Amino acid sequence: MRGILSWGIHLPYRRLDRSTIAAIAGIGGGKGHRTVASFDEDATTMGVEAARRALAPVPDIALGSVWMSTVAAPYFDKTNATTVHAALRLAGEVAAYDTLGSVKSTLGALRAALSSDAPALVVASDLRGGLPGSGDEANGGDAAAALVIGSDSDGPVLAEFVGRGVATEEFLDRWRTPGDSRSKLWEERFGETRYAALAPIAWKAALAAADIEVAAIDHLVVAGTHDRANTSVARSLGVRADAIVDTMAATVGNTGAASPALLLSAALERSRPDQLIALVVLADGAEVLLFRTTSAIASFVPARSIATQIAGGGPIAYGKFLAWRGNLTVEPPRRPEPPRPSATAANRARDWKFGFVGSVDTDGEVHLPPSQLDAERRPMAAALGTIATYTIDKLSYSLNPPVVFAVVDFDGGGRLPIELTDVDAAEVEIGGRVEMTFRRLFTSDGVHNYFWKARPIRDTAHTAAVAAGNEES
Amino acid sequence: MASHGIKDRVAIIGMGCTRFAEHWDKSLDDLLIHASDAAFTSAGVTKQDVDAYWFGTAQSAMSGIALARPLQLEGKPVTRVENYCATGSEALRQACYAVASGAYDSAMAIGAEKVKDSGMQGLNAFPVPNDGTSRTLTAAAMFSMVAPAYAQKYGVDRAHLKRVLARIASKNHANGAKNPLAQFRKEMSVDQLCAMPVVAGDLSVFDCAGVADGAAAAIVVRAEDAHRYTDRPLYIKALSLVAGNGSGLMDPSYDYTTFPEIVRCAEDAYAQAGITDPRHQLAMAEVHDCFTPTELVLMEDLGFCERGTAWSEIEAGSFDLDGDLPVNPDGGLKSFGHPTGASGLRMMYEAWLQLRGEAPPERRISTYGERDLALTHNLGGFPGEMVSFISILGTSLG
Repeated sequence: MRGILSWGIHLPYRRLDRSTIAAIAGIGGGKGHRTVASFDEDATTMGVEAARRALAPVPDIALGSVWMSTVAAPYFDKTNATTVHAALRLAGEVAAYDTLGSVKSTLGALRAALSSDAPALVVASDLRGGLPGSGDEANGGDAAAALVIGSDSDGPVLAEFVGRGVATEEFLDRWRTPGDSRSKLWEERFGETRYAALAPIAWKAALAAADIEVAAIDHLVVAGTHDRANTSVARSLGVRADAIVDTMAATVGNTGAASPALLLSAALERSRPDQLIALVVLADGAEVLLFRTTSAIASFVPARSIATQIAGGGPIAYGKFLAWRGNLTVEPPRRPEPPRPSATAANRARDWKFGFVGSVDTDGEVHLPPSQLDAERRPMAAALGTIATYTIDKLSYSLNPPVVFAVVDFDGGGRLPIELTDVDAAEVEIGGRVEMTFRRLFTSDGVHNYFWKARPIRDTAHTAAVAAGNEES
Repeated sequence: MASHGIKDRVAIIGMGCTRFAEHWDKSLDDLLIHASDAAFTSAGVTKQDVDAYWFGTAQSAMSGIALARPLQLEGKPVTRVENYCATGSEALRQACYAVASGAYDSAMAIGAEKVKDSGMQGLNAFPVPNDGTSRTLTAAAMFSMVAPAYAQKYGVDRAHLKRVLARIASKNHANGAKNPLAQFRKEMSVDQLCAMPVVAGDLSVFDCAGVADGAAAAIVVRAEDAHRYTDRPLYIKALSLVAGNGSGLMDPSYDYTTFPEIVRCAEDAYAQAGITDPRHQLAMAEVHDCFTPTELVLMEDLGFCERGTAWSEIEAGSFDLDGDLPVNPDGGLKSFGHPTGASGLRMMYEAWLQLRGEAPPERRISTYGERDLALTHNLGGFPGEMVSFISILGTSLG
């Protein structure tokens, strides 16, 4: 039996209210919200967050490979999955691959993972957008989802892979020339027509492969960049209406290459044992994957549920969203640009820089960064901390001033003065609780400077308390 | 293992100091020539008479050649030194040790910084290639964390403490207004200062040292030779330096209300000089008021008052020009700006003027004629990770 052993997702903290777009762009917008990656997030950092959550329930899994899929690759030529690999502190014998460039890349990674002989981690992450006022800008969303794929010999399989159907066809639905910041679309009806024709072919093939009747499907996910086709195909496949899984269009948006894994995770979160999940992906053809949940899913608790993350967002102004995406050029900081990080120094310090591993001296004191004099290493990425003191820096170089900076004391020992993110300056308080998050500090000479920041711990109870003005003391 | 010091073995026999300003029309070479010429004249010697040179600059130049070339020194040993904001003081420390050792009869310590050629505000450090994980916070923000920590620990209302900090700035501006060498020569009231917009934590730009170009120099000889040059030498009573190991940044017990490196450095300096009651033995102190909360904490770390009392002592005027122990009588970094390599020697220049009675009456310290010891102090770095330098200078032996 081979299938899904765990999953984890990451929704960025910021949410853009689509109704705020038209007032500035003149056109576009819509109802509901979309997720917005922070200025210090990219597909790799979001992928790391999702992967950390996917691995949390299966800490002892012996991964053979990690696969990173995105359309918004931070690097070409250099593998992005190795950054994920480093942040997760995976062993050198674990392979790392990128599958880049289209929504289908995620299916390629999933297929490789499902057919490999060792546990595999599939990380799907994407930032979606377009020109101001465009449909892609309003309807897109940023997210990452990670799936741990393996066999029952690796651990309890939560959802067994039971069948696949494929209908590949070359046609021009949407496209983006390398270097362009937006995709272009053919007349929408054309793509919808092709997907309407191809989806049933893949659908029937998958049902036949798994020897399943349509009526047995409990959860149907249709993912792809063509929202209209997703909706019409979902309705046309003959499943019960309540089996169709919400695409989170009103709260997250269409997350592109992340969407197959994100929506599959959403289906898994609402599944009970012995149920059938169908994942239909409409992208340059149609592809269907079928999974059957096992009894193990009843006791599985995801590291941070989708509902929790949807509820835990904070607003972002449309102008700031435009600036973060490079669609509005704002005055740069009047400070020297930071130099590119040294490749050799980063390589030597990779455990610290990517893995956030400190050291412990003979007196038991934690050193952050680690000291060469200490024999014991101390992984700190999962440590939670408390704000001992903080400051707001309006002078420092930042892509999103002011810098909110805190001295963080970690549970179990260790202190680090470090930048906070996903935070509004006014909400910071001494005693506030924080967790670590992998971020891109800046990019210099094309080198992305990845390191860790701290961010407030936000669960639904906390968020509700804040909303009610009853901030816990 | 011990810190013995070189009390009364070396004396300053001449000093020079440029005006500290945005010297758009002066190069580093111009500043070095001006400060060194003033020091040569002050001591009555020529550049050939001085045996060795220590040149402090944080990042305006590299190597001793950067001093030897503009001064056209012939075959002299010239060493460039750097130790963060203690750079100028470090040059003097090295020059004094060289003379005390007997290696040279005389030496010059000169410090200079040409800050205003960068095109950026503030002090900006050389980028050393690194792994990209070090903090990029400004010094203002790092020091801004002192104020709320101090307020909380000693039960001072934060709004009240803001006025105390403004009182520090106001005092230093008042002193600087009287000083023709200072960059800023305008008095600022506490109310004016409190109305400034904040830039880092609760700090406004006026809680920060200015940014200026400048240079200062001192010539030192063995103490027994000093009277061949001047009737009023300034004797080195103590030179102390502590380089922190950064443990404060990692130590959860560190509370940002004290700078342990300074405390250690002060203990050492007072032991070298034989000082047991700095508040009443010192005639004046020039301390590193890079930010107003720094001066607040320094009053306690240097032993000028009890822990938790600096804020009330400051309000009572204890450290004013006419107070119990005048602190930063020349106007401090607040009025002078902070050309890193020059600041330490600029502080000593004020001690040189005040202890020897050369400061004009309108800005003479209240203790003149009663006490004859001065303290100068630099720190470089941040709370939790800093270097500290302290000198004690005096006009009489013993």
